[in-house]
Amino acid sequence: MSDATASRAGRRLLDNGRQTRAMRWVMAVMLFLTVLAGALGLGTWSAVAGLDSQLAGRMTVQLLGATDPAVRAVVDAVQQVPGVRAVRAVPRAEMAALLQPWLGDAGLDADLPIPVVIDIDVAGDTGSVGDAVTARVGALAPDARIDRAARWLGPVRSFIVSLAWLAGALVVLMATATASIALLTARSGLDTHRDTINVLHMLGSTDVQVSRLFQRRIALDTLVGGAVGTVAAAGAIALISARVQALDAVLVSGVALGPVDWLLLAALPLLFTGLAMLFARVAILAALRRTL
Amino acid sequence: MATIVQFENVGLRYGTGPETLSDVSFSLGAGSFYFLTGASGAGKTSLLKLLYLAQRPTRGMIRLFGEDAVTLPRARLPGFRRRIGVVFQDFRLVPHLSAADNVALPLRVSGVPESDVEAPVREMLAWVGLSDRAHARPATLSGGEQQRIAIARAVIGRPEMLVADEPTGNVDPAMAERLLHLFDSLNRLGTTVVVATHDLQLINRIAGAHMMRIEQGRLSDPTGSLRFPPRDA
Ligand SMILES: Nc1ncnc2c1ncn2[C@@H]1O[C@H](COP(=O)(O)OP(=O)(O)O)[C@@H](O)[C@H]1O
Ligand SMILES: [Mg+2]
Repeated sequence: MSDATASRAGRRLLDNGRQTRAMRWVMAVMLFLTVLAGALGLGTWSAVAGLDSQLAGRMTVQLLGATDPAVRAVVDAVQQVPGVRAVRAVPRAEMAALLQPWLGDAGLDADLPIPVVIDIDVAGDTGSVGDAVTARVGALAPDARIDRAARWLGPVRSFIVSLAWLAGALVVLMATATASIALLTARSGLDTHRDTINVLHMLGSTDVQVSRLFQRRIALDTLVGGAVGTVAAAGAIALISARVQALDAVLVSGVALGPVDWLLLAALPLLFTGLAMLFARVAILAALRRTL
Repeated sequence: MATIVQFENVGLRYGTGPETLSDVSFSLGAGSFYFLTGASGAGKTSLLKLLYLAQRPTRGMIRLFGEDAVTLPRARLPGFRRRIGVVFQDFRLVPHLSAADNVALPLRVSGVPESDVEAPVREMLAWVGLSDRAHARPATLSGGEQQRIAIARAVIGRPEMLVADEPTGNVDPAMAERLLHLFDSLNRLGTTVVVATHDLQLINRIAGAHMMRIEQGRLSDPTGSLRFPPRDA
């Protein structure tokens, strides 16, 4: 059958408006949920990457009432630990500026005991390097407070990672559900149109020609329904993104979708359309092979 | 004259029932005109089904267009079926398609370009006298009109063989004669025609037509013209 057949007469050959409407509605819902799950996955994944690059290699040491030479001694000692990339004692003026919202101008008073904060940048895995730094600082200043970003971020990170995996699993589940819907739709279509298909066979239609009629129908329904669902999901994501940006919190600032992420989400309805077509084709060819 | 169809000791059994056709042997000459007669239930439709490849025999040998049709792979069936035009006893028009689109189906199935479909369809509809019903759905046509659409669909592709199962069962005698004339014209263009009918009046209308008679699933060939196709046709 020529392309013109399938698009013109073919559409009417398998006339079934009600089934088409149901299929489009189901596909809109499927793609809405899938794109949301995909956005969650991509967003959380980029948040994990952001966490790793920004915070994971960071440690801070707080020294209370330490003299300048004592601070310098700690800085020198930490600098010598292998794996430490940079060490910096935050200048008193900078600290005062940071504390100003809470202390007001009192922070500028030289007599006020402001803790000295030392920022340490650790390369790679903070585990063993962090332990070495902790030991070295502990020897010089036993009452120093040591914060390891990786330690307190660890649970947060693993929570976000499991969210990303969950989102990925949801996308895969939706894909299998979509494939099953395509399969069931194709089979029920074969049942509904058994007489027409029989006539087409007797007139010399090949299985591939018959299958193409169904594939096109199912692809169109998936694409149209999927596009609607995707656009709706994109709207929901844009709305949520705006709320997240408004939070202005360190942890969620990484949860932003880049252009590549949006492209991947836009590819989902196309991917699902291809999947639906493939499964419809396999189901129909398998069923037709059992006829004469 | 070439042999287009050859049956040797063909038997057909539906499921586990008794044999519907037994020991059927005959040859059809290419370009000839055949009538298949017999009482209702004798097995005419069953024999035609074997002929247009809607059914495989349970035993025996069938050669069609010079090839073994019994072991023909499934993938080659469409190619064979496109060379055969069929008028089904129950018409089998596609209900969602207009009369014109039903007639056009064989051309579209064969991949004829859309621009070359309209003219032959119009010509065929005129031939069966239904030009004014081109856009009608089958359900809105009378039995006789549906039958004529089915005939137009069967012949539009200029098949090498036309198989018609009681094609005049639902039309008045005048229309029956007109349709028979249509088959005759097609036959003169070289198409082998096989018409199942129990209307003996019709048979005398075609000069030189051969007659096959089936009784309780067995073919009788009183003149022997089936086993040894005439060389004059
Ligand atoms: N699909 C079928 N399944 C079982 N029996 C059938 C089937 N088709 C036909 N028959 C039986 O085969 C016999 C011959 O039927 P048929 O070929 O239709 O005869 P005719 O066309 O001469 O009236 C009948 O007894 C009929 O009941
Ligand atoms: Mg019959």
